[in-house]
Amino acid sequence: MELVVNGKRNTISVDPERPLLWVLRNELDLTGPKYGCGEGECGACTVMIDGVAHRSCITPMGGVAGKEITTIEGIADGERLHPMQQAFIECDAMQCGYCTAGMIVSSVALLRKTPAPSETAIKEALAGNICRCGTYNRIVAAVRRASHNITASERSEHHASA
Amino acid sequence: MPQLEAVHRGLDRRAFLKSLGGGALVLFVAGTDSDAQESGGAHRGYREQLPEDVAAWLHIAPNGSIIAFTGKVEVGQNIRSSLAQAVADELRCEANALRLVMGDTARTPWDAGTFGSRTTPTMAPVLRKMASTMREVLIDTAARGWNVDRNSLTISNECVFQKGSGKKAGFGELAARVDWVHTIGKDGLTTAPSDWHAAGISTPKVNVRDIVTGEHRYSTDHKLPEMLYGAVLRAPSFAAKLTSADTGQAAKMDGATVVREGDFVGVAARDEHIAAKALQSIQAKWDQQPQISQSELFSYIKQNTESSRPGRGARATGSVEAGLRSAVKTLRNTYTVAYIAHTPLEPRAAVAEWNGNNLTVWTGTQRPFGVRTELAGVFSIPEENVRVIVPDTGSAYGGKHTGECAVEAARLAKHAGKPVKLIWTREEEFTWAYFRPAGVIDVSSGVSSDGMLTAWEFHNYLSGPSGIDTPYEVANRTIEFHEAKSPLREGSYRGLASTANHFARESHMDELAITVGLDPLAFRLKNLKNDRVRAVLEAAAKRFGWPDNRRTSTTGYGLACGTDKGGYVGCCAEVRIHPDRTVQVTRVVEAWECGAVVNPEHLKNQVEGAIVMGLGGALFEAIDFANGRILNAHLAKYRVPRFNDVPTIEVVLLDRKDLPSAGAGEIPIVGIAPAVGNAIFNATGVRVRSMPILPAFVAQVASA
Repeated sequence: MELVVNGKRNTISVDPERPLLWVLRNELDLTGPKYGCGEGECGACTVMIDGVAHRSCITPMGGVAGKEITTIEGIADGERLHPMQQAFIECDAMQCGYCTAGMIVSSVALLRKTPAPSETAIKEALAGNICRCGTYNRIVAAVRRASHNITASERSEHHASA
Repeated sequence: MPQLEAVHRGLDRRAFLKSLGGGALVLFVAGTDSDAQESGGAHRGYREQLPEDVAAWLHIAPNGSIIAFTGKVEVGQNIRSSLAQAVADELRCEANALRLVMGDTARTPWDAGTFGSRTTPTMAPVLRKMASTMREVLIDTAARGWNVDRNSLTISNECVFQKGSGKKAGFGELAARVDWVHTIGKDGLTTAPSDWHAAGISTPKVNVRDIVTGEHRYSTDHKLPEMLYGAVLRAPSFAAKLTSADTGQAAKMDGATVVREGDFVGVAARDEHIAAKALQSIQAKWDQQPQISQSELFSYIKQNTESSRPGRGARATGSVEAGLRSAVKTLRNTYTVAYIAHTPLEPRAAVAEWNGNNLTVWTGTQRPFGVRTELAGVFSIPEENVRVIVPDTGSAYGGKHTGECAVEAARLAKHAGKPVKLIWTREEEFTWAYFRPAGVIDVSSGVSSDGMLTAWEFHNYLSGPSGIDTPYEVANRTIEFHEAKSPLREGSYRGLASTANHFARESHMDELAITVGLDPLAFRLKNLKNDRVRAVLEAAAKRFGWPDNRRTSTTGYGLACGTDKGGYVGCCAEVRIHPDRTVQVTRVVEAWECGAVVNPEHLKNQVEGAIVMGLGGALFEAIDFANGRILNAHLAKYRVPRFNDVPTIEVVLLDRKDLPSAGAGEIPIVGIAPAVGNAIFNATGVRVRSMPILPAFVAQVASA
């Protein structure tokens, strides 16, 4: 089966029932997406499939052939961190960091759909992600900061090109 | 780093330095300092020739690399950063100029474990003393080499230099010239908090980039060539005995190894999918025993108290009886707390690899050396044959003291003849780990007509003695913790019983205030002389804008305060009661003081996190169990705080540069439950005396 992950094409032969999470982690060595519950309840395994956030722990391989998958490893632009990653650092929006990959990927997916979400919209979009260390308010602040920074830089790019 | 293992096989100090590649080495010897003996010292698990009693060491290599070695582990409390800040402070460099090697039994000195908020008060001063010695040694070496007065030299950016002359030497160059081991004890010097430059300020986590890029490798992410994936057969209920297991089908599965040893049945396979399918195919029969259920928990605890001997931590002054007699009002109430689960987002996980009779295990535990002992015992091999490595871990909260997953992975690996990774499922983590103990607390008290406490009697059954002492002034008091049989496996938890004891005490104080018609803040202050508790309580109330009589039937305000383990907490909460009687905590202000602040932003983060975690136990977290089974062993059934449960949180830090720093990973959790309970009473007049509050609140409202 063909699997496109972070822009790279992989051909692998796996049981179509096997969850995407374990194929990413155990076959492709992309261990950024984490196991937290295996039941789609914690969000630690979140990846983007064709730009939309999905729980990879309950996504069977059978459904993802040929689709574009983005994991936390594919969020940065080479050495340059994504503004969301930068914002998480600036807001100190983690403690143990185990939920961070899922939080960042979910948040990046949110901004693709809604570039300037309200606080309520952020909480809504991330309602399925657990941070057991309790850094929720910092995560909301980080998403707002990233949203602000992205729209500001797009505005300045727009001005520069105009 | 096999050459470092040499230190455990009896090399002398000189040879040890050589094994590190030369340079300058400072060892900290615990000696008789009981605090420092938490690392190194008499508690070491086995005889080690050298470094005997060494609690930590600090090495600067000829190439300039600076590495501090400590047996403590990082589980999200940010000590990798705060300890680096302590070393950097003394070496007058930046925290990211050095590295910490932590929690590796082959590379770091023995350590009792990372718990009890001990790292900041004990390990940070040890590292500081070593680093300040290192600094002075480097300056002396430079002074001797240049034949100049050492007082004319300065140190910065990992260099020693002389202003004016242009003389300058890097740490590595000087360390190469030192080529010696210095041993220091508890009398080493440290820089006063008022002169800190790298500590006392906010810096990001030292490895934060790896966290946000997904590159950091937790135990669950560790991978070895040829590694297999394990799965373990679990009993249907606690204490069940395996009578038969048909593993025939599992053994036939592609590349699966089936292991059976007594009641242990497990499989290892080339991927996790095959392992899970092989496990499912096993037909097992169990002999089950009747067990205690949640519904009978609290009566069971009271009936199974070890009352033949005086309670642990018993303290009594005056006469409670006389105090109650002299009171104008007396009050007697019982408070309960449920079992709760730590629910670390990274469940227990281990990768085990055998090399002949030597075992290496990567696992997330708070006690790497304890787990080493456990492994050595189970497999009957000397401790020096076992190496436990703890990668920075996906949280613990007191829940990862034990090595059961490490033992299981090692058992599977031994039989399979290949390395094995075992990650506990969430259900296993909920069921087969241990819980924060449940408990029953009886309080009776008396108060005089002018609102002064006259008597205080406090008995905690099962949940624990932490934070059991009252900070309030009362001449007649009896305070006791009583051990009792626990129906479920119990263990450590963030703050231990301090949360339960604060919940009972601070709820009861609120009830007393109302009984005598005093404002809860005024009543507490009247009975409180402890300056540090007063300071946090007043700071929290001030920032909160403590209301006199602002409550409505839909909004209530509550407060609480307390102290334990050198931390002081004052907490105010605002709750909103919706028309459907659901409760929302809308605003929390917490003032926190733990001596000199090391990293303000990380400290705030810890306090906020403790409040959020505490909210779960306060409002809705409870393990439900019946006849040896956990009934809510899934995140869909065991509710933990999520985004929408979290109120606005304001943290007020009181920075006491005149006082030594205490740890802050635990005690900021103790104020929130009573503050919320008191706020709910304030709004509704319904007093809930059990944690979690919400189920009882709903029941009490329905029956009212």
